Amino acid sequence: MTTVELAYKIRRHAIEMTHASHASHIGSALSVADIIAVLYGKVMKFFPDDPKNDKRDRLILSKGHSGIAIYSALAEAGFFPIQELNRYYENGSNLSGHVSHKGVPGVELSTGSLGHGVCVACGMALAAKLDKKQHHIYAIMGDGENEEGSVWEMSLFASHNKLDNFTVIVDHNNGQAMGTCQEALGFTNLAAKWRDFGFETVECNGHSHAALEKALLTHISEKPVCVIAHTIKGKGVSFMEDNLLWHYRDPQGEFYERALKELEVGWNAQCSN
Amino acid sequence: MRNAAIKKLVELAEKDRNIILAVGDLGYGVLNDYRAKFPEQFFNAGICEQNMTSVAAGMALEGKTVFTYSIANFPTLRCVEQIRNDAAYHDANVKVIAVGGGFAYGSLGMSHHATEDIAIMRSLPHVTVLAPGDLSEAEAALELVYRTPGTCYLRLGKGGEPRVHLSSDNLDLRYGICLMDGTKVCLLSTGGILSEVKKAAEKLNIAGISTALYSFPMVKPLDQETLYNCAQKFDLIVTVEEHNINGGFGGAVAEVLAEMPQKKAYLRRIGLHDEYSSIVGDQAYLRNCYGMSAEKITQTVRELLGEKA
Repeated sequence: MTTVELAYKIRRHAIEMTHASHASHIGSALSVADIIAVLYGKVMKFFPDDPKNDKRDRLILSKGHSGIAIYSALAEAGFFPIQELNRYYENGSNLSGHVSHKGVPGVELSTGSLGHGVCVACGMALAAKLDKKQHHIYAIMGDGENEEGSVWEMSLFASHNKLDNFTVIVDHNNGQAMGTCQEALGFTNLAAKWRDFGFETVECNGHSHAALEKALLTHISEKPVCVIAHTIKGKGVSFMEDNLLWHYRDPQGEFYERALKELEVGWNAQCSN
Repeated sequence: MRNAAIKKLVELAEKDRNIILAVGDLGYGVLNDYRAKFPEQFFNAGICEQNMTSVAAGMALEGKTVFTYSIANFPTLRCVEQIRNDAAYHDANVKVIAVGGGFAYGSLGMSHHATEDIAIMRSLPHVTVLAPGDLSEAEAALELVYRTPGTCYLRLGKGGEPRVHLSSDNLDLRYGICLMDGTKVCLLSTGGILSEVKKAAEKLNIAGISTALYSFPMVKPLDQETLYNCAQKFDLIVTVEEHNINGGFGGAVAEVLAEMPQKKAYLRRIGLHDEYSSIVGDQAYLRNCYGMSAEKITQTVRELLGEKA
């Protein structure tokens, strides 16, 4: 499966899962879909039949509210049956709204409270370094998550310890629960901040698979890497794009039909290119 | 107590290279020996307790046994959500060590008094909680948290505690340890206040009030059987802790006793009465101010028995 097809499937599952469950964080799942597709489709080493194989690369979803995107990618990668996705948010299922490791093969860590996952990932990177293991640790965080102080504790620590086996990817869609990042705390120029805190920092278009692949696979220093992926919240569904309403709203009725239609049209267009 | 535990950690780290000690920029001097011997098994996380705890969880998920070390409330309250979500929920081998339980840091002030830590850590599922009472218990406790799978909290004193038990050999910290037997009153102690409680028990016995003394270094899981037996046997059970009486060791004992269908003893909890310790003074002074010195414990027991103090 190409990364483009995987991204399409992640988005499609995300729309269907949020529709069926009447739950959400759809905007965030759509913004991160390409990042996750490139990681699973091109960059990371993983073993669906042996999920805990020590040679696997680790991916921590620090922005746990995008659980649907990870669940979809894992199901498509063969970690568990795709029909399991229908049970998202259901009473008694394993698939909670925020990503959960319990009973879900392939999920490394349960998250949901922001500013945790990146720090745990950093610990995994330090352990791998000490044991001279070759796998890489990736952590995806939201841009609003940069408001958590623990993130900056971690960034000092990771750069001080030269964790060059560690990549933080910021899904920079500029949208938080209450508005834009600028409106919340007025922070600007994330790349400069990460650079100052000692990370080899690159910016890229978070929806261009070629750009993501290049950013994720290029590493020129001993420093840990930060990829600031510029994304659009709700990417792929016009009426959700950059629309705060769809941070936490589930697509029903006409919205649902239109969302699926738009994704399909987009996918067909990419296929014919 | 601190030095006794660290000495034990040095012994263990020599044998198990997966032991890691993480410190939150504290422990200068105390940890020199460990640091010199095991530079690969040590890191200073900086003044960053939240990240220290999450990093410890991440390393533990990769097969390490990580001790996080800081003083008073810094490795616990400051990062309680990291202990909850990252360590305990994932059953990660993270062993949180706080030095300076209770008023050990005396005149440094209330920020450095750990007086709610037991209650908060005990409320977290999958977290084992230990508050050893003397040097011997501290040595045994360090070994026990190392051998207990999952996340543990070890509350130590600071320094200068007397040895109550002769040695740590044959000490099983999972159960209430009977130090003195008696028939009327039973004093239950957790943490570094043990030496005061022992003095109180001795005074009461000299005064003709038959008093038993148990040390409960393990607050969670709590040895319910010993508590059942004590509640049937004695007229009065008094818990003593250098901690808020709400939610801590006394609270834990109260929960067990409240659910007993029949019992003889009634319970009184000695500790900080739901307040912050705002008085300036050293540990002994503060213990006395807040009713936890041997004299005050003795006085409280006598009053409870209807005697004039």
